[in-house]
Amino acid sequence: MMNATMTMNAPKVANDNGAPQSSLQALRQNVAQGLRKLLRNPLSCAGLVVILALLLVAAAAPWVATHNPLTQDLYNTLKAPSAEHWFGTDEYGRDIFSRLVYGSRVTLYIISLVTIIVGPVGLAVGVVSGYFGGWVDTVFMRVTDIFVSFPGLVLALAFVAALGPGLDHAVIAIALTAWPPIARLARAETLSLRRADYIVAVQLQGASSLRILLRHVTPMCLSSVVVRLTMNMAGIILTAAGLGFLGLGAQPPIPEWGAMISAGRRYMLECWWLVAMPGAAIMLVSLAFNLFGDGMRDVLDPRSE
Amino acid sequence: MNQDKHLLQVEDLRVSFKSGGSLVDAVRGVSFNLGREKLAIVGESGSGKSTVGRALLRLHPQSARISATHMRFGDIDLLACPERAMQDIRGRRISMIMQDPKYSLNPVMRVGEQIAEAYLAHHKVSKREAEQRTLAMLEAVRIREPLRVARMYPHEVSGGMGQRIMIAMMLITEPEIVIADEPTSALDVSVRLQVLATLDDLVSQRGLGLIFISHDLNLVRSFCDRVLVMYAGRVVEAIAAADLDKAQHPYTQGLLAALPSVDQRRPRLPVLQRDQAWLTA
Amino acid sequence: MAMIAVDTLNLSFGEGAAANQVLHDVSFDVAEGEAFGLVGESGSGKTTVLRCLAGQYTHWSGRLTINGEALGRTLDKARCRKLQMVFQDPYGSLHPRHTVETALAEPLAIHGISDASRRIDAILIKVGLPTSFRYRYPHQLSGGQRQRVAIARALILEPRILLLDEPTSALDVSVQAEILNLLAELREREGLTYLLVTHDLGVVAHLCERVAVMQQGRIVDLVDSAGLAGAAPEHPYTRMLVEASRHYSREMAEHGAADLNAVATV
Repeated sequence: MMNATMTMNAPKVANDNGAPQSSLQALRQNVAQGLRKLLRNPLSCAGLVVILALLLVAAAAPWVATHNPLTQDLYNTLKAPSAEHWFGTDEYGRDIFSRLVYGSRVTLYIISLVTIIVGPVGLAVGVVSGYFGGWVDTVFMRVTDIFVSFPGLVLALAFVAALGPGLDHAVIAIALTAWPPIARLARAETLSLRRADYIVAVQLQGASSLRILLRHVTPMCLSSVVVRLTMNMAGIILTAAGLGFLGLGAQPPIPEWGAMISAGRRYMLECWWLVAMPGAAIMLVSLAFNLFGDGMRDVLDPRSE
Repeated sequence: MNQDKHLLQVEDLRVSFKSGGSLVDAVRGVSFNLGREKLAIVGESGSGKSTVGRALLRLHPQSARISATHMRFGDIDLLACPERAMQDIRGRRISMIMQDPKYSLNPVMRVGEQIAEAYLAHHKVSKREAEQRTLAMLEAVRIREPLRVARMYPHEVSGGMGQRIMIAMMLITEPEIVIADEPTSALDVSVRLQVLATLDDLVSQRGLGLIFISHDLNLVRSFCDRVLVMYAGRVVEAIAAADLDKAQHPYTQGLLAALPSVDQRRPRLPVLQRDQAWLTA
Repeated sequence: MAMIAVDTLNLSFGEGAAANQVLHDVSFDVAEGEAFGLVGESGSGKTTVLRCLAGQYTHWSGRLTINGEALGRTLDKARCRKLQMVFQDPYGSLHPRHTVETALAEPLAIHGISDASRRIDAILIKVGLPTSFRYRYPHQLSGGQRQRVAIARALILEPRILLLDEPTSALDVSVQAEILNLLAELREREGLTYLLVTHDLGVVAHLCERVAVMQQGRIVDLVDSAGLAGAAPEHPYTRMLVEASRHYSREMAEHGAADLNAVATV
């Protein structure tokens, strides 16, 4: 006879074997389950592999690169890919492969800095807007509207023009244009769960609004925001490349991928590798982030639970 | 009970779903025959009752495994039937009424258009004739101003009316069998009675077979003719509705005893003690 | 002195021409230790009354009193110690990302109550769950288990009053019986006062001593549960609800419609 208090309702419910015995175990089980789900999708696995490769290459750049990315060799300019220079050389004789490798650090720097700024700011604005509604919502959303109504690149251009060219200024400029979609997304999520029973329950327990926002609302928005941020990374790379292309991002001789394409424009027709290599790198990394973001959505989407 | 040849004959129906890498058995060997009667399939969540209903119409995704010794609708083998032929049967010869009209009616189409569409999908007639039939059907389900209601959108009608519209839509093609999956669970008690009366009338007037899937034992014992009680994918009891008091299986007895009743107030409701043996009986 | 006193409670939504009055002069008392039921169909306003008491709606007019003290419009911490609520949907009332432990520890943390771990263990045992369930997430629990956690969460602050919003409507019959037994047992043991909202007359007859029947924002009848059975209740709407809960019959469907038309103007 089974204990009436531990009723098993249906085949599709709680498995008692492997029940977590501590909060750490519960968390670990959750993460393990999420990872398994992620790895089941071959495309997002591919994306993850590329991203990990990027991280590895950036971290181990001094060992992966074959030459010094800044050393000029004017006797070896515009050489095609060969055994010595895997991706050829540019107009100053610098090895393109090594420049790509060190350029991955620049790319990662831009992505991480922008995400660190945009994520929390967008979340905060969106969640506060959605939860309180009323004039708070109106003010925040109008500010968001103002930022959104500028085309991203143009606004970034304006900021860089005002602040002066440079990698850090480019990062700030990109961040300023990338936060509104995150805010809107967080606001939409918050609106849909604002009236949920579990929110009402914790309000009835006397929780302050700050506690509710931080511990109850934000964790539910986190999933879609993380997915959106991951997919945004591709766009950030492209915007940075665009700025670099226009000479407003990283300044020479820093090997930034977009700047490399810009510089290679002049010799593009005879020396395809000047443009094709950095272009392929940008495309590969953007695609990888998109695929990975897709996989993340399947794992993190609360609707599937 | 009924001298007609059985409308539906199901023997040893089994349905499994793939869930996270493993196979989950939702239905494990269900057999029954349906004549021109009201048959109830009753069970709790996870018992497999809705799965049976959907399996009859082959509404499950391709990844589901459905098998049976036979699943016959008259002369047609529903298991072996190709998809084109199934489309002819669905909605035309076997219909399904679902639980909540909020979700089962198309929100952007007028109600009358949806009913007419159900008819036009299976009969080549003029739009005018389809409209006439729609209005006739709306009257048959006791909607008082059929012309006005036909022009409404689903969000403009109340729950009970929505469900009657659903019934109209599903019966306009004059099917032989109707499968109703919890048709009144989302309705208020007062409305429920009227919707059931409408269904009752239509089923008896047209001599249909009705499969009534529900979790409400109290409701089916007075509405239906026969009851099948399902537990964990199997039928544990098949009994006439009038004889439910004399149910044999401990699960059925337990369910009946656990219902709180206005007339019989007890300090403590007897709790159903699940026996492992029921899973294999 | 009544534990809960509701006096001419009125509530409207919207302004001017679009104003929709959902509660009309609702008044009733609940004695200490009593279980009081509010029954009605959708749109009757029964859940709205509960939410006014719980501080979710603040623009009501009238008087709400808990144990002699009038309730203000806004929800303050003191009210949280006096009354708590159990919600209908066990799948929606627990935060999907919080373990049972987090859900139970939170109210204690908010009110600065120490000794959380021991209290959590104690309350889990009280609602009939093994203490190892602390580390589970809601999706690892069955419907009945979630509802037990919801009840534990409501009781951990030791309120005197429990507001129950259709606590068993979303549960299977067998699980419902267990939860109803648990609720009856807890009330007896802890001396709680219940205000139970439901559309199911069987449930209210089982758990409650007195029942108020609501229709379209008004209380149309107030009876003892014992009076629901046997001799037919006097009020036609109540009678209809009782008979419909018993069984379905063609005659009742016809009469029911007629009765409804008669009371609709009340």
